[in-house]
Amino acid sequence: MSFNLQEIRKDFPILDQSVNGRPWVYFDNAATAQRPRVVIEKMDEFSLLTNANIHRGTHAHAIRTTEAYEASRDRVKEFLHAENREEIIFTSGTTASINLVARSFSEKFLAEGDEIIVTEMEHHANIVPWQMACARQKAHLRVIPFSDAGDLQLELLEGLLSSRTKLIAVAHVSNTLGTINPVKEIIAKAHEQGIPVLIDGAQSVPHLAVDVQDLDCDFYVFSGHKIYGPTGIGVLYGKKVWLEAMPPFLGGGEMIDRVTFEKTTYNELPHKFEAGTPHYVGAIALGTAIDYLNRIGLEAAAKQEHELLVYATQRMKELGNVRIFGESANKTGVICFEIDEIHPFDLGTLLDQLGIAVRTGRLCADPVMDHFGVSAMTRASFSFYNSREEVDQFISALKRIRSMF
Amino acid sequence: MTIEEQQQAIIDDFSVYTDWMDKYTYLIELGNELPGIDATFKTDDNLIRGCQSRVWFHQKLEDGKILFEAESDALIVKGLVALLLKVYSGRTPAEILGSEPHFIEEIGLRQHLSPTRSNGLMAMVKQIKLYALAYQQLSTKS
Repeated sequence: MSFNLQEIRKDFPILDQSVNGRPWVYFDNAATAQRPRVVIEKMDEFSLLTNANIHRGTHAHAIRTTEAYEASRDRVKEFLHAENREEIIFTSGTTASINLVARSFSEKFLAEGDEIIVTEMEHHANIVPWQMACARQKAHLRVIPFSDAGDLQLELLEGLLSSRTKLIAVAHVSNTLGTINPVKEIIAKAHEQGIPVLIDGAQSVPHLAVDVQDLDCDFYVFSGHKIYGPTGIGVLYGKKVWLEAMPPFLGGGEMIDRVTFEKTTYNELPHKFEAGTPHYVGAIALGTAIDYLNRIGLEAAAKQEHELLVYATQRMKELGNVRIFGESANKTGVICFEIDEIHPFDLGTLLDQLGIAVRTGRLCADPVMDHFGVSAMTRASFSFYNSREEVDQFISALKRIRSMF
Repeated sequence: MTIEEQQQAIIDDFSVYTDWMDKYTYLIELGNELPGIDATFKTDDNLIRGCQSRVWFHQKLEDGKILFEAESDALIVKGLVALLLKVYSGRTPAEILGSEPHFIEEIGLRQHLSPTRSNGLMAMVKQIKLYALAYQQLSTKS
């Protein structure tokens, strides 16, 4: 399919509106992406016309929802290029996926004095669950730092690895710096010593083709709402060998094989990790979102986003006195910045008055704030449905705002 | 000027600004004019944390009136802080407890005080009231 921005924007009814009397510019895509009409319609269909709990009933609607839910699992499997469909676990999102692994993996494989490695650029969701696991097991957290340009200092990884290292958890793409991390290289290094690696894909799946077999990662996690799907649904990919070895996380219905008061045996994968009634409407619509993204083409989407990144970065630098946090040669369409040292809260408030939505604050990444010695940042993040004209509106807004100070 | 009169004065000041930009420019001006809080009081203990911006806050009792000093790292918030200080600093606990900062809504900046805005401002209003309550209880005991 050829890339026609005007046609694509028609798929997203929400984009065509005004905020504060101006055409709305949505540059907060790294927080959540807007949903195309097909996804919204799929969610409606499975509320208005088809609804029954999955995996349980013998009646028509139960069969339809179950089939759609399991078909969606196949879509995710293909999307990630996983080997087996039972390696795809539906969760409520990236945070839930990481917590599942942090709890279940650590219970079995993390002991006193062991170590887990994360990086300095992680989102809090890929720090705190590991800290909690370390506190429970009396283990320690080690950190790979990044350079001021925003690249991981991988030369320091060697020194951090030891026989006590039990897992490495790293973002594929940073939510603040936009850096695309060389995860394949990290995984290869870790595997030389038999250490499994979890990749936080929340910021990468909307922009990069992911092949978990090629990466050879042990776990890969992402959220539905960041790839144009619903909120409340996410994915944990785990290699079968790990998922089979790990104890269940939540106990309840669906995840059991047989229950007596003396002993319960657990269901097979993937159901072992899907206790309770899942957000099946969300899972089904996530499959639709993946189909939509495949139709647009990840490569075409990434190309458009990269063009916007290059154009916006260049125009922002022309403004002068602009500091950009994270300038890796290898980054997605994310720009964290500061202009004239205007406080991000002030900047975000005034940009909103001019119809432009950006993210401001600590961006769930306190260590990144500390690295650059700032209390907060402003972030503009692009999707393929954004345009150069919107970047122009953004630049004009920045000019107008700086004249107010 | 009573608290009520002061609130009305602020509402009158803002009524000349019909354009949002002028309103915010005025707030930024107020923020710039507000003297910073004494460095010795700019401590973690006096910090009201918000994800979006920070507010430092200090108070003392003099002749039965509470004197507030405050500052924020965001200028728009600092401007709003300046307005709150105009209204509430130098008042007795009873005066503070007997009024609500309705001027914020009337000058069209209510969104900054909503509990969902983590800019520290809402927490500041709460602190002002808490101190007033604490000083009031202290004085009725003695």
